[in-house]
Amino acid sequence: MSEQQFDVLVIGGGPGGYVAAIRASQLGMKTALVERENLGGICLNWGCIPTKALLRCSEINHLLHNLDAYGFKADNISFDFKKIVDRSRKVAAQLSGCIKHLMNKNNVTVFDGHGKLLGKGKVAVTKDDKPVAEIKAQHIIIATGARARVLPGLEPDQKLVWTYREAMTPTEMPKSLLVVGSGAIGIEFASFYLNMGAKVTVVEVMDRVLPVEDVDISTFARKSFEKQGMKIITSAKVVKLNKGTNDVEVEVEVAGKIEKIKVDRVISAVGITANSEDLGLENTKVKVDRNHIVVNQWLQTDEPGVYAIGDVVSGPWLAHKASHEGVICVEKIKNLPDVHPMKVENIPGCTYCMPQVASVGLTEAKAKEKGYNVKVGKFPFIGNGKAIAMGEVEGFVKTVFDAKTGELLGAHMIGAEVTEMIQGYGIAKTLETTEIDLMHTIFPHPTLSEMMHESVLDAYGKVIHM
Amino acid sequence: MPHNVLMPALSPTMTEGKLAKWVKKEGDKVKPGMVIAEIETDKATMEVEAVDEGTLAKILVPAGTEGVAVNTLIAVLLEEGEDASSIAKSADAPAPKTVTPANQPKADATKPAPTMAVVQPAAAAPKAEGSRIFASPLAKRIAKDKGIDLASVKGSGPHGRIVKSDLEKAPAGTATKPATAGAKAPMMHATGPDAKALADAYGIPYKLVPNNGVRKVIARRLTESKQTIPHFYLTVDCELDTLLEVRKQLNDSASGYKISVNDFVIKATGLALEKYPAANVSWTDEAIVQYERADVSVAVATPNGLITPIITDAAKKSLKEISSQMKDLGIRAKEGKLKPTEFQGGTISVSNLGMFGIREFAAIVNPPQGAILAIGAGEQRAVVKDGQVKVATIMTVTMSTDHRCIDGAVGAEYLQVFKKLIESPMSLIL
Repeated sequence: MSEQQFDVLVIGGGPGGYVAAIRASQLGMKTALVERENLGGICLNWGCIPTKALLRCSEINHLLHNLDAYGFKADNISFDFKKIVDRSRKVAAQLSGCIKHLMNKNNVTVFDGHGKLLGKGKVAVTKDDKPVAEIKAQHIIIATGARARVLPGLEPDQKLVWTYREAMTPTEMPKSLLVVGSGAIGIEFASFYLNMGAKVTVVEVMDRVLPVEDVDISTFARKSFEKQGMKIITSAKVVKLNKGTNDVEVEVEVAGKIEKIKVDRVISAVGITANSEDLGLENTKVKVDRNHIVVNQWLQTDEPGVYAIGDVVSGPWLAHKASHEGVICVEKIKNLPDVHPMKVENIPGCTYCMPQVASVGLTEAKAKEKGYNVKVGKFPFIGNGKAIAMGEVEGFVKTVFDAKTGELLGAHMIGAEVTEMIQGYGIAKTLETTEIDLMHTIFPHPTLSEMMHESVLDAYGKVIHM
Repeated sequence: MPHNVLMPALSPTMTEGKLAKWVKKEGDKVKPGMVIAEIETDKATMEVEAVDEGTLAKILVPAGTEGVAVNTLIAVLLEEGEDASSIAKSADAPAPKTVTPANQPKADATKPAPTMAVVQPAAAAPKAEGSRIFASPLAKRIAKDKGIDLASVKGSGPHGRIVKSDLEKAPAGTATKPATAGAKAPMMHATGPDAKALADAYGIPYKLVPNNGVRKVIARRLTESKQTIPHFYLTVDCELDTLLEVRKQLNDSASGYKISVNDFVIKATGLALEKYPAANVSWTDEAIVQYERADVSVAVATPNGLITPIITDAAKKSLKEISSQMKDLGIRAKEGKLKPTEFQGGTISVSNLGMFGIREFAAIVNPPQGAILAIGAGEQRAVVKDGQVKVATIMTVTMSTDHRCIDGAVGAEYLQVFKKLIESPMSLIL
């Protein structure tokens, strides 16, 4: 067992941890990273990336079944489900390899194992309960992420009741499934399996799908999903699972009545819970609130020299937020000038269902709740040349402004490629642009992004193509 | 080659001005040094002289135009033999400046004199005048709406950029410009009811007197002063009998000049600062500026409003020099003909309303200075001396002070020195 000393030690190699490690090393600090499973964390191995690989396939499948609209004809369209899943695993493996390379390139020492705080700047690393190393570090950053939340009665069993892990690596295509929870994860799997040809039911406890999004987005998304054949039950909860040998009868309570739905598989996507256990936090002053580590705006815990970033702290639980926190945390440790705390309202969120959903900032309802007098603009895909040419006429772009100052409070988009466009509004928000600056920005024609312009114009009664 | 005539910067702080009058007409021949136009800035009217010889071919900005930005093309001069067709080309091409304000070296027309930049910062603006202020569009919008001068705000964004959250802490109403231009502008500081709206509502008859440049500057600077400077006041009585006697002797034996009580006061103000430099200071966020020369700004009432010409290094000047300089400055101040260097700066101010019989008053500190002396009338009052009531000529002086840089005891000690000088005036003559 080796004992080594570092300036910065990061526990967890996901998008929060590995980015923090690279940045620390860039700033001249001797840096180590402890990872117990795969570099790249959930995001890269079991989340964002492999699901995007899968969703790409379901998009292709959708397109192949709509070839006629574009003047093509093909018979006997079929797919090899194993190949589709294998492809997504290869994508994940390739990227995880890239992170390993990045660690080497940036002189970050990687320890394979589980890190545990011993107090006084010490961390023990073990692998399969065998000690690997004892590391001393001036600064310890906890970036251990989160895992799927488990609801009683809805415990995953790896066979009939899946979490995202099983849902991502099925051996065969289920004919029908029921997704519990209509947040980003639930809806992405629902959309994937629906477009691959499964019969999909979504059960949501709130009164609408994608409940964190603007109401208009939720309403539109629901209509669109239902048009595609998805069954959506809102204000409902799963009360009982009657498991068979290769199927499940799900009892869903809606408005006091029980509805029984028989499906091949159930996916539980009811949120996440932080990985804050077994970290040796009891050896420190680190505070934990409902499983999440409590930090200040600089990601510092109550224990001097111990920090936490990403999913293990408060939300939103998104990879890009974790990475950004990693950078803020490390730059603050180095005491760089011009380090700024994260602004939650500037963190965009993307959901890769079909149609895609992307947003940043306040919803219209939230803005009103906060007392803003708002100006709202909306522009539909059907009014956009590029959208019509692409055959993607479903969706809209909504913008919410503070009527008093012209501040862009929020932007909400649904439709093709919106996840690639939202960062335009992200820049606008970060730079604190007003409606005037957005109106003065020249958007290239023909692009979907022109809708972003039109939406702003619409908020001020100046829309052109509507 | 045609010569472009650009709007000159008459002072380091000037960003725009009013083209008050064209002295020459289109077609007039001009020679270097000839006055071609008059420009009214926020403080004074200045003459613009031609630098090149030629014909005033085209006037591009008509007389009476307000808010002409510095370096705007205002006219074109043609050399002999050139015709008007070359004007258009010239207007686009960068050309050397061909005008300079009268009585100022040419170089000064375009760039701020560095010494002035030191003594004439806006009170809360450590940034050099004319340097670009980085602020987000939203911050600019909010500043404009709230009337906040961005120069007075410290930015917390990337590279010190001013962002929205910085303005939540900033005091409202420090802007150098009203929210919207022209007569439509709301009252400069959008606090309190609009007098005009109220007068309309209650049917009070009135007429509107447009705010001239001086009036706007008074409104802005004094509002800024009262809102940002923590004032306190110290009052002292000075016996004037000896001073009046000395003054009488001096004036009786003099020819060609007459020294006023105010000249003594100016001299004493400066000399007291020299003897007690702790009061010769200005506040900045970074440090207290302790001046090593006492320049006394003297408030002069003009038809346009208050202006404060400066007796530079008043401690070193003789009463006779102060007297004659003050006379000249006073006359030109009333004509609006002071040069910016003559009224911008100063390390302390004196305001004397004694001639109106005002017994005492408290003045507002003239930012960025640290103090102002308000001088009351010298009048005979009953004073008690050694248990007996006697008659003495008393002048009450009230010092208004910026507590950020001058504490009570410091102000009081300064006034002691001042009082001693006034009551033992021989030291002012030496």
